[in-house]
Amino acid sequence: MKKLLTAASLLALTSLPGFADPVKIGMITTLSGPPGYLGEQIRDGFMLAVEAEGGKLGGVPVEVVVEDDGLKPGNGLQIADKFMNEDGIKLITGIVFSNVAGATVPEIVDNDAIYISPNAAPSSLAGADCNPNYFVVSWQNDALHEASGVAAKKLGYKTAVALAPNYQAGKDAIAGFEREFGGQVTEIFTSLDQTDFAPEMAQIRAANPDVVFQFHPGGLGITFLKQYQQAGLLGQIPMVLSEPSLDGVILGAVGDAAIGIKGTTHWAADFDNAASQEMVAAWTAKYPDRPITTYAQQSYDTAKLIASAFAKTGGVDDMDALRAALKSADFTSTRGNFAFGVNQHPVQDWYLTEVVAGAGGKPEVKTLEKLRENVGDIYAAECKM
Amino acid sequence: MILFLEQLLNGLQFGVMLFLLAAGLTLIFGIMGVINLAHGSLYMIGAYAGTWVAAETGSFWLGIPAALAAAALTGFAIEALVIRRLYARDHLDQVLATFGLILIFNQGITLIFGRQPLFTKLPAAFDGSVEILPGLPYPTYRLLIIAAGLLVALGLYLLINRTRVGMLVRAGATNREMVRALGVDIRLLYTAVFGLGALLAGLAGIMAAPILAVQVGMGEQILLATFVVVVIGGVGSIRGAFVAGLLLGVADTLLRAFLPGLLRQLMTGPEADALGIGIASIGIYLLMVIVLLVRPKGLFAVGS
Repeated sequence: MKKLLTAASLLALTSLPGFADPVKIGMITTLSGPPGYLGEQIRDGFMLAVEAEGGKLGGVPVEVVVEDDGLKPGNGLQIADKFMNEDGIKLITGIVFSNVAGATVPEIVDNDAIYISPNAAPSSLAGADCNPNYFVVSWQNDALHEASGVAAKKLGYKTAVALAPNYQAGKDAIAGFEREFGGQVTEIFTSLDQTDFAPEMAQIRAANPDVVFQFHPGGLGITFLKQYQQAGLLGQIPMVLSEPSLDGVILGAVGDAAIGIKGTTHWAADFDNAASQEMVAAWTAKYPDRPITTYAQQSYDTAKLIASAFAKTGGVDDMDALRAALKSADFTSTRGNFAFGVNQHPVQDWYLTEVVAGAGGKPEVKTLEKLRENVGDIYAAECKM
Repeated sequence: MILFLEQLLNGLQFGVMLFLLAAGLTLIFGIMGVINLAHGSLYMIGAYAGTWVAAETGSFWLGIPAALAAAALTGFAIEALVIRRLYARDHLDQVLATFGLILIFNQGITLIFGRQPLFTKLPAAFDGSVEILPGLPYPTYRLLIIAAGLLVALGLYLLINRTRVGMLVRAGATNREMVRALGVDIRLLYTAVFGLGALLAGLAGIMAAPILAVQVGMGEQILLATFVVVVIGGVGSIRGAFVAGLLLGVADTLLRAFLPGLLRQLMTGPEADALGIGIASIGIYLLMVIVLLVRPKGLFAVGS
């Protein structure tokens, strides 16, 4: 009996890594509730790259398993456990929000699976707690907003009101902005489930700063900009925003009122490199009614990075080789310059953008100039890896 | 001082929105004894229907009847298909069923409209601000919301206290069994009350549409505060919902606006911010606890 079992399990073992079996990639993202479109962009951006290769990445057939975290850290953790323990998934990506990432990523990397972030990159995971199994393709949270600080300083503003929701990414946002801005900053913290910003509008009017910096991703950003306009502040106090507060969907919702707002970004849809143009064309063909945002671009880049690694390793069987292949970042990013720093977060360029009246009557983001070149993040120095 | 007045107006405006939602919820809970978690979905449906019609026709005002009709019809349908089977069941079954409705409505809206939030423009006549006091410009549309909320409050007061239907509603809230025993068609009354509640939720939805992002799950964001209003005001009491709505709206706004600043003068550093935001965000729940300690049945308890 015992012999029979051994034989059976041996058989099972040999039949497991069959060549026809696609490599499973787990995607934990936020698809429900108000920020649902962010997860949708991440999912569809990733799938765009997979479909362009006919269901493969780097020549390796892949199966992407998507689960919705509902913007709840506990859900993210549960899904990660299910992916790793029940589905045997070794490669996970997709998280939109830093609070979900903060709870979920440590669990993944401690179980020797690899997590590649297409968006959230809280400071708590970028410094001393960096991990060889953790890669970030988007940006580090602070770096994203440092660019806005640089822009506000360059535009000659001296005082600012900075607003962000009271969670890790919000704190990182304000810290990043202040670090490079250097002027006097009044901080106002909002909450992630806030629907009415009228009290904040009154505070901004009372403070009367040179510039307003705010970080409100997804539906929050739409509400904030609309109410900023309705409070009569939009023409009066200029705004400098980071890319998540000014994505294509937010622009579409706010309309012409957004014209003139300055933003900063690592990528915009008008980039003229071939990789970016190819992605934008594929997106527009597939989703003519939906603007492409940086979320989709980051996720597309994530898939391209995985493809470049799979082309070398052939899959997830040799994790050491996969880590090394990922770290070399041997792919053509849609944003141009891209490399990983010591903490495996991007070293990249940042651009100043402006919202202008577009050709189709809808406002568009236009890239004006390069603000910073080949910058990483300040937490890289604390990372010993 | 001007800042304080402006925040007071903001609180008032938030308060009447809460009232519009809580009025329906408190009637349904008080008279029918049903906990309707899907009340927020009616608010969402009102907002979506109104926004869609406004976008198609180009007129915000045409969106209002559309929102009211969509919310009320959905309300009638929910009542006839689901809630009617739940009157005799306990609250847990009601919570489960209406929670299921939330999921169905959210997914349904996602299927029809997608996940991207919708957008309506402000009606042209209210697309500016007026100077109510020197140095205090206030958006006209928000003043319109306040006025509409107060009008609805007045209308409800007259309906509840001056009409035969209102008398039945009051009687139903006090003693359901007795009303039934007296030969009143309680089923019709229930349907009417549910429809009225849904209508008010739809009105709140379309009023909020131009200032908020119209998006899936918008109902759940405000539902919790609405329940707090119902509990503080006293279950089944419109007057309670009105007073508690305004109280909560003003308290929440003022706490959020001024507490971090006040604490910053007493303390230094990020602790002041963290504490200020923390207390401000639990402010309405603290208020609820205090009210419940003093008056366990709410400020304006109905019946005994």
